[in-house]
Formats: sequence, structure tokens, C-alpha cells
Amino acid sequence: MSTKVMIGNKGKSVRSDCSISLECTDSGGINLQIDSRVKALFGKQIEMLVHEMFTFYDLKNVSLLIEDAGALPFVLAARIEAAIKKLIPTEKEFLLPFLKQNYYQTKKDKNRFSRLYLPGNTPSLMINAGIHRPDGIILDLEDAVAPDKKYEAAFVVRNALRNLDFYGAERMVRINQIPRGLDDLDFIVPHNVNLILVPKCESALQIQQVNERIEAIQSAHTISGNIWLMPIIESALGVIRAYEIATAASNVVAVAIGLEDYTADLGVRRTLEGTESFFARAQVVNACRAAGIQPIDSVFSDVGDMEGLKNNVLRSKSIGFDGMGCIHPRQIKVIHDNFAPEQDEIEKAKKIVNAFIEATEQGLGVVSLGTKMIDPPVVKRAQRTIDLAVKMGKLNQNWREEEHVS
Amino acid sequence: MSAKFEKNALGRFVPTEVNGKIQIPYQGVGKYKPTGRKYAPQIASCADYPADGNKIVASLKDALLKSGIKDGSVISTHHHFRNGDLLAVQIFDIAHELGLKDLVWVPSASFECQNSLIEYLKDGTIHHIEGSMNGSLGRFTSSGEMQGMGILRSHGGRYQAIQDGEVIIDITVIAAPTADPFGNATGDRGPAACGLLGFALADSQYANKVIVATDNIVPFPCVPWQIQGNYVDYVVVVDQVGIPEKIVSGTTEITKSPDRLLLAEMTAQFCDEAGIIHEGFSFQAGAGGTALSIGVYFAERLRERGMKARFARGGSNKYLVKMLEEGLVDYILDGQTFDLEGVRSMRENERHLNTSPFTSYNYHGKGSFASMVDVVILGATEVDLNFNANVVTHSDGVLLHGIGGWQNCLFSKCTILPIPLFRDRIPVIRDEVTTICGPGELIDVIVTERGIAINPLRKDLIEKLKNTSLPIKTIQQLKEEAEAICGVPEKPKFTDKPVAVIKWVDGTIIDTVWQLGV
Repeated sequence: MSTKVMIGNKGKSVRSDCSISLECTDSGGINLQIDSRVKALFGKQIEMLVHEMFTFYDLKNVSLLIEDAGALPFVLAARIEAAIKKLIPTEKEFLLPFLKQNYYQTKKDKNRFSRLYLPGNTPSLMINAGIHRPDGIILDLEDAVAPDKKYEAAFVVRNALRNLDFYGAERMVRINQIPRGLDDLDFIVPHNVNLILVPKCESALQIQQVNERIEAIQSAHTISGNIWLMPIIESALGVIRAYEIATAASNVVAVAIGLEDYTADLGVRRTLEGTESFFARAQVVNACRAAGIQPIDSVFSDVGDMEGLKNNVLRSKSIGFDGMGCIHPRQIKVIHDNFAPEQDEIEKAKKIVNAFIEATEQGLGVVSLGTKMIDPPVVKRAQRTIDLAVKMGKLNQNWREEEHVS
Repeated sequence: MSAKFEKNALGRFVPTEVNGKIQIPYQGVGKYKPTGRKYAPQIASCADYPADGNKIVASLKDALLKSGIKDGSVISTHHHFRNGDLLAVQIFDIAHELGLKDLVWVPSASFECQNSLIEYLKDGTIHHIEGSMNGSLGRFTSSGEMQGMGILRSHGGRYQAIQDGEVIIDITVIAAPTADPFGNATGDRGPAACGLLGFALADSQYANKVIVATDNIVPFPCVPWQIQGNYVDYVVVVDQVGIPEKIVSGTTEITKSPDRLLLAEMTAQFCDEAGIIHEGFSFQAGAGGTALSIGVYFAERLRERGMKARFARGGSNKYLVKMLEEGLVDYILDGQTFDLEGVRSMRENERHLNTSPFTSYNYHGKGSFASMVDVVILGATEVDLNFNANVVTHSDGVLLHGIGGWQNCLFSKCTILPIPLFRDRIPVIRDEVTTICGPGELIDVIVTERGIAINPLRKDLIEKLKNTSLPIKTIQQLKEEAEAICGVPEKPKFTDKPVAVIKWVDGTIIDTVWQLGV
């Protein structure tokens, strides 16, 4: 076993993060060096945290160097704990008090227009993510984390779930591919994760394995509560099994498609028009609709091209997707604006809902608009459009009263 | 140094004497009104100047010697080239070579390109700086190594101090992109065109000796004459007067940061809902990525509604020039150009006017442009619970920035500071700022990504934003929110030695910068 370890990030462009060099020694006591950009203001507090953790882990002879670029306490704690656990075998977790505004659950059918991917080992990108108001925030343990950083990222993600304000966004984590991803669950299930993305999913069995592990962890911690799953289909086999995956368990609330890996699997190039993936996207949409869950589209990776993103969203919406991933906060507004119902859609929905209410008030069994009969599913869809328009700020909640006054 | 201190109207301890001169503590906004007459330079006689108008001398050194440079001389320079200034260092190289001591440097602003002057501050060639001490010079000042006490002034305060005789300049050297042998000079043309020379106006009018240095000498007359030759003693032709490309700094590009763009959007929405964006309104958004983005949002809203602004105050840049050329604003009243598009526009467009700290900012004048502006967008390193703000020191106590036009702009009808709630781990809203540069009564709105605080004095704004979807909070709430995330910071440690003072726009001392402790 090595006696010296380095954890974290350093360098000129690193912010809100730190790097830890820890060495266990046979004697000499505690040797602490804090090299921090915020030392004049937080030096004492950093020192207190370190001593608290050394006491917690019963470390008496260590040499620790912290190179700090303004890391918040939960980041410092995650880095130090990761370093300690590389050197000494222990199951003990050093946890800061859970942020009370992070105790919330989400509904199965909540809107999931946008979900913002954040690399699990880059805390600076996490701190302000919630203020950009995505529907969901994904702390990513999979592709956005370099293989040699996956170990330490799990600690950052766990602490972020507890201590980072998500500002009401659905709290999501993308675990690693199964089976490796099963071990990630230990770091997230006890900390009120709302939804877990299961990448490169190819079978219902994988979903069952995830659920078994979740149940085991929940019962070990004597906790309960819904944890939703969003499998990501990223291969030809996954596409073929889309319905099996979508119906694998009752907590699967959406299925997403990942087109980078899918097109690679097909051996074709991913194009802007997406002809090569049309079948796969249509298949996922169909499977989800058949299963009564949300189909979610892939990310649009050119963060500078807002016009391209807009077209992509409109195309995505037109073939039946309910949302898509994003990799930059500036994409959120474009995604929301374009998944939101358009004005003519809203107007039509208003007419249908009005006709329905009037028919009900008059005790009529049949709803008609002009000379056209309206079926119940049409009313339901119209009501959904209205609800969405209100939620997105495109329609006043009291639209019926307002219109009747004027 | 055994300085005596007095508590000023903001409760800050300020020295009663600085570098041997008696000082007046800050008394409140508009409270201190000096009587008497302005400073006047010596009477000159045409008999002492060449009748053919040719004032060219052989070299900068020659001009400095003829100007009577000696121990203790007060020498001024200007920052029209920003980080591309070449003259300040040359002047003090010459002074050092001549073995002179105890000079006073009065720059309108200092930049990293002048770092080598630290050596002269150490060896006694330069006694102290009056102007601004940015970056490395600021760090040096904070360490307490400067022999005299630094004095920081705003652009308007610099004009006021020179006009009122608080600082008497022996020799000024004006870097001129184009000049004639008589000393008429302009900044808007020539190979090193930098825009305008407004910061040198006071120096040309009041300094005892005025040297114009140029790398583009043209036959008389040089038009337009932004600097009038009748004030000028000597003209020097140099190889290169400045590096115009370096007037563009990183802070004059629009931001790509999503967090800053959000701040800009929130600020623009605030202005919109407060009724500030209307036909014929006026604005000033300084350098800095967030401020520039706000200008872009203003432009979008004006375009959508078919409205236009009457004037915008510069620092001009390509974004403002685009608004002018698109007809979204009638005039740019420009104090300095922040990029080469600004320079071009000033040269070519008669609606792009060059202004000076006299017209725009001087508090001891018969009005100034700054107070006529509807909204000004500024930055700050810290703000306290009384809305007092700091722009010169960081929370760790280090002096790093000058005041620029910041203090002067506070007199606009609405002053908004869009700032992140915390930077890395450092909260921006404090119980007490490290250094007060502007009194809270002049600061109306703090916009952060997590909420907007309106100064309780602005009941009108609070009323207008009553039903907004924007997150309006108290400044106390914002402070608590930041501290919940970052922790409560300790205070930086200082010694009891003052290293610099911050002048208010009327020449009184608003605060003191202290030597960093260990």
C-alpha cells in the first residue's frame, strides 16, 4: 500500500477546487501546510476542518499539503476524505450537515425538458448550476470524468448531493455503466438523489440489478422514498430492446437516447439532420409512449450554435420527444422556449378546453367545436398544453376569467 | 510615520496630513464646498517661444532638462494607451540616470506595463504615486514599502485636484498619436491612434511645463487639436509613442460566462421594469464583460421597440459603436476608447464626441455630464450592508485597482452594481467593506445572480419592482445567503500604518488603505 497520495485539481485555471497531497508517516505528528488563495479570509476555517477530519479518522502522523483555489467546504472535505481513504482502510464517511433545502422528492411525470450535465469532478461548474433553472441537474460520474479521476469524483458528487443547493432542480446522477455503476450507488442513494441515469443500457436485467442494489442500500440505511431511473440507450441492441427497458420497472420514468455512442455503434457519422438515427429516435419515442413514460433526446453538442440548437429542439419536439440533455447553461433557455407550446398551439388548446368546460356545464355528453366532435384524449392533450403554457409563463393562470372580462 | 487621524463622516479613520500637506476628512455628499479661486499656472510670454512655432527639441531627456526636472519634481502622465504606454517608464529611466530623488508620479491610471517603476520606488527615485496603483504597484503599496503615502483619485477628482491646486504638476508629458511642431495634438489619428487625450486636458492647462511627445509629426496645423499648442512648451519626436493594440484589454470583450450573462440579463430586465429604458434615455456601461453585455441587451430591447437612446457615455468599444452606427443611440460622449473600433468611430463619426474629465466628471465645476445619465452600470470588489462600496482593495486587504471614473459615475440617476454574490469562496457583501470608495447613499441597486437588493432610500424603485418576477431581496438576506455557502470570512490583518488614501470627488479623504499585516 502506498503511503502518499494526490487528489483533486490544481493549476492556474482551476477555481473553487483544491489539490491535496497526503502522506502517512510513522511519527512526527501532524504536519499541515495550507497554500490557499483565500487564506487571509478562510485560513483558520480550513485548518479547523482538517483537524476535525484527522480526529474523525484517528490520524496522528500525517503530512498534508492543501493547494486551495477557493474550494467550498464540501469540496475540501470530499478531497481530504478521498485522500485519507486511499491510504487507510475505513468505511467511515465524513459528512457535513445535509442542506435542508435539498430535501425534496420529484413526481414521476414532472417536466424534464432540460437536464444539465455537470462533470462530477469539476466543482466550479456545479456551484451556480441551479441558478440557471434547468429542470434537472446531472452530476456525471461517467463519460465527463477521466478514468483516473472516477474514484475521487464519487466523493465530490456525494457531498454535492448533500451540500450544494440545487435550487429546486431535479437531483440527478449519471452512474457508470453497469456493473461498475452499481458501486456508485453507495455514494448517492443515501443522499436523496431523485433520479439516476443508467448509461449504455441494453437490457431490463441491468435495470433490475440497479433496483436491487438501491433497495439493499435503502434498507441498510432504513430510508425510503422514490428514486426514479432514466436508462440511456446508446447502442443498436439497446434500441432494439427499447420497450423491454422502458417497462423494466415501475420507477423507470423516462428513456433517453445517446446518439454519439449509438452512431459509433452503427459505424456512421452523426449528422446535423440526423437521418442515420431517425429509426432509433422513433423507436425510443414509440417504446416510451407505449410504456407511458417520457422519451428524452440526446444532447446538442455545439454550445456556440444557438440557432442550430433551436432547430434541433423543434425537430426533436416534432417527432415526439419531451426533453433533451444540455451541456451548457446557455442552452437551457433555448430548450425551454422551444419545447414550450407555441402560440397557435395554445390558442387551439384554449378553444378545446373552453368547449369542454362549457359542454360539461351544460350537461352535454359530447364536446364539439364548430362542427367537429372532440374526443376525450384531445381534451386531455389540450389541457396538458394549457398547463404547460401556464408553467412556462406563456399563459396567465387565470386566462379564462381574463378573457371573459375582456 | 507618526500620522494623526480623524474620524470622517462615514466613521473611517483618515490621516489629517498626507505627504506634508493638511487634509480634510470626508464630510458627506455635497457637504464640502471650498471657497477661493482656482490654481493658476505661471504667466508665459511669447517672447520666450520660437516665433516660427517650432517647439521641437532633440529628445525626451532634452525636454525634461529644459523643463527644469529636479529632485522632488511632480511629473504627470496619462493612460490613453492603457497597457500599451511607453513613456512613463522612459521618463523615470531618464530621471534615474540623472540621479534624481523624491519625484512624485501623477498618472491618470497605472498599468502592468509600468511595473519596472517599482525599482525606482524602492531606490527613492520616486517618492510616491498620486493617481492609481494597480496590480503589482498596488501590491507594492500595500506592503508599505513606498516612501510616501499614495493618493488615489477618480478621473474627476484628478481634474478637481489639479484645478484646485491640491496637486501642482511641474512637468507633464503627453503622448500624442499626431501633433504639429507648435504642440497642437490629437489622439484620433496617426499610426498609434488611441482615440482622445481628455485625461491630459487638466495637465495641459495647469502644469508648469508641458511636453508633447509624438511619433507622427505633421506640419502646422494639426487638426483637430484635442490638446492646444498654446499650452505646450516642448515637442519631442519619438520612434513609437505607444502601442495602440494594447488599449484593448481582456475586460473589453463581451463575456461568455453563463453566470455573468445571467447577471447582465437580470440587470437589463431590472432596468426595463424600472422604466429606465425609454425613448431618449441615456446610459453608461463601463469596461468589463458583464457591463458590455448589458449594453448589448439594451440594444436588443431598443431595436425590438423601435426606440433609441439619446446618448451613451463611453469608454467606447465596438459594441457601443455598433449601436451608434445602427441608429440606436444619437451620440456617444466618450471619455476614453477601449478598442480600435472606438478610435475609428471617434475619427470618422461626428456624433462620437470626445469629452474630458472636466466636462464629464469634475465636481468643482458648474455641473457635470455624469449626473445627467439615467443609468450607470459599475463594478465593485465589495459592498457593505449600508451599500457603501469598494473598488480599490480586495477582501484580503490588497490594493489592486484604481478608482477610474467610478466615483464620478455614482452621481447618475440610477447606479447599479451587477456583481457575483461570491467570487470563488469570497463573499462580496460584507458587514463592512475593506475600503470605502463610494458612499452607500449614491448606490441604488446591487444585482447578484442569487438576488437583487434595492437601496431602501430608493422607495421609487422598490415600488416599481413590486410585482416583478425578479428575485428582490434585502442586502442582509444576500449577505446571509453568501455566508451560508462560503462561511463567514475572517477580517484581513493590517498594521496601523496608512499606505494610501482614497480621495472623494471633492478632495476630502473618504478612506485610508492600511499596510498589510503578517
